[in-house]
Amino acid sequence: MAKGEIVLGCLAPHPPHVVYAENPEQNEAFAEGGWETLRWGYNRLARKLKSIDYDAMVIFTPHWQTYIGTHFLGLPKFKSKSVDPVFPNLFRFNYDISVDVELAEKMCEVAGESGIVTKMMRNPDFRIDYGTITSCHMLNPEWDKPLVTISSNRNAHYYSPEVMNEQASALGIACAKAIEESGKKVVLISSHSLSHRHFVTESPLPEDMSREHIYNHSQYVWDMKLVDLMRGGKMKEVIDIMPEFTEQTIAETEAGGLTWMMAAMGYPEYPAEIYGYQSVIGTGNLIAAWDPIEATREIVL
Amino acid sequence: MSDPEILFGIYCPPHPQPLLSPEASEGYGKLRDAFETCRKRIEESEADLILVYSTTWPSIIGHQIQGHPEPEWVHVDDDFHYLGSMPYKFKMDTEFAEKFRESAESRGLQSRTVAYDGFPIDTGSIVALKLLNPDNRIPACIVSSNMYANRAETIVLGKSARDAIAAQGKKAVVVVVSSLSNRMFTEHIDPAEDRIHSAKDDEWNKKILEFFGDGRLEDLSQLSREIHGQIRVQKVVAYKPAWWMSATMGQNNNYRGEVLAYEALHGSGGAVVVLTPSKGSVGDKEFDEDDVEHYHGDRGVLNTGAL
Repeated sequence: MAKGEIVLGCLAPHPPHVVYAENPEQNEAFAEGGWETLRWGYNRLARKLKSIDYDAMVIFTPHWQTYIGTHFLGLPKFKSKSVDPVFPNLFRFNYDISVDVELAEKMCEVAGESGIVTKMMRNPDFRIDYGTITSCHMLNPEWDKPLVTISSNRNAHYYSPEVMNEQASALGIACAKAIEESGKKVVLISSHSLSHRHFVTESPLPEDMSREHIYNHSQYVWDMKLVDLMRGGKMKEVIDIMPEFTEQTIAETEAGGLTWMMAAMGYPEYPAEIYGYQSVIGTGNLIAAWDPIEATREIVL
Repeated sequence: MSDPEILFGIYCPPHPQPLLSPEASEGYGKLRDAFETCRKRIEESEADLILVYSTTWPSIIGHQIQGHPEPEWVHVDDDFHYLGSMPYKFKMDTEFAEKFRESAESRGLQSRTVAYDGFPIDTGSIVALKLLNPDNRIPACIVSSNMYANRAETIVLGKSARDAIAAQGKKAVVVVVSSLSNRMFTEHIDPAEDRIHSAKDDEWNKKILEFFGDGRLEDLSQLSREIHGQIRVQKVVAYKPAWWMSATMGQNNNYRGEVLAYEALHGSGGAVVVLTPSKGSVGDKEFDEDDVEHYHGDRGVLNTGAL
């Protein structure tokens, strides 16, 4: 069997606003649009994914929060409705997803062997989180690839962002080994914003773009610092400053997603493809991708 | 406006073990028994409203209040999914929910009711309502815990609840769903060997329960920041339940306190406490923080005083 490989890594933020603004038939709410910079960036990345041969998407989500180890979806099908607890007015999405259980079990097994506390989730009533659904829908609206969803163990809450960085790195290395042993071609998805301070009020029309801006300039400056490092192919440096960035901007990187993905990809030294940056209810959201194949790597923005 | 009629308050833990696996350990069983005692107290009371403040329902856009008349779903906990599913169908007091929202807004808070089929009611609220009000005999209301709210906002939210109870002439039981210390073990454990995560957490929990036992709710409210620093995992900005509970129940120490159970829940501190209004007050804390009546929002210090 040929070795499995990671064919693309995607930073894919999951504000439910982008799905709301797209008006897919699965979502009950209706929007007049909004957040085009992000949505058009997502649309372009989705087109790139169509040109790539892969077997499964593996997504690390901040909205399946676990404190007792890292958990993996462990049933082949989940069909239900996901309602965002924070923005239920925007996101009530009827989903029908397939899971690559074999790959999930392999990741769980290899992570366990490397000393990480793990658990397979096999309760059929379990509801898929809106982070998983938003990122995956925007990257693959046809939903024609199986997923593996990995929960985010909240080490940053229990210990510190430094411990989060170490443990998420260990998980990333274990997942990369599992992918290699599986023989599959996999797209990794780190589902989160960068800076993550929200406004606590919402405009009467949520998609009124005249009201949308970053929470404060400090958040913006930090976000741009990271974008510059990503453009420069300095992902080890990004991960090294991750604890500081996370604390300064209340960043959603606290869940460990970007650290996990970069560790799995060996801390790329090539430029990230930048697809778009925009604020959503004050938070900073970047769509980016890391393409290991130089011939297909693009300068997008 | 006359004072609201709050019959008693209950402080109880959010974890699903007392609901789903009370037989797994002696401690879980004791917590279940304590919930059962509270259920009977509610049934024997003249309550016509159960008002729940849940720390496991975080919100961002202000304060959300459950406004669906009969929310129904099958819930599964993120961590404890292997213990089983939690089917529920609750009866909500939607008129009270609207009044609560109106009262909150009149005190300067951002607030909204949520009434969507399939809205994910949180584990803590489900555990509390299924154990305290299993037959939906009494309509309920659930309010979220805003993740950015600090003391002023939380106190004003409590006063808003008080306004709404008084305005509608309700006889309410106030339920706060929260752990004491909330550090769980980060590994899977044998429930029979469950214990409080550390001696420090245990000592602080017992100190808090001493206050509860003496009916010193406002004193606990005043200690909230210290409690947060000492025994709360820093998930949110502050330990808010005592602020909300005291503000809702009248900001005093005039209660008969009963600690019905105190046990470990995967390492965290789970207690079931009943506070019944009584005469006489004890307490030795100086209340030196402002007693806020109206929420004016952030002060915008970043935009003022700049050179």
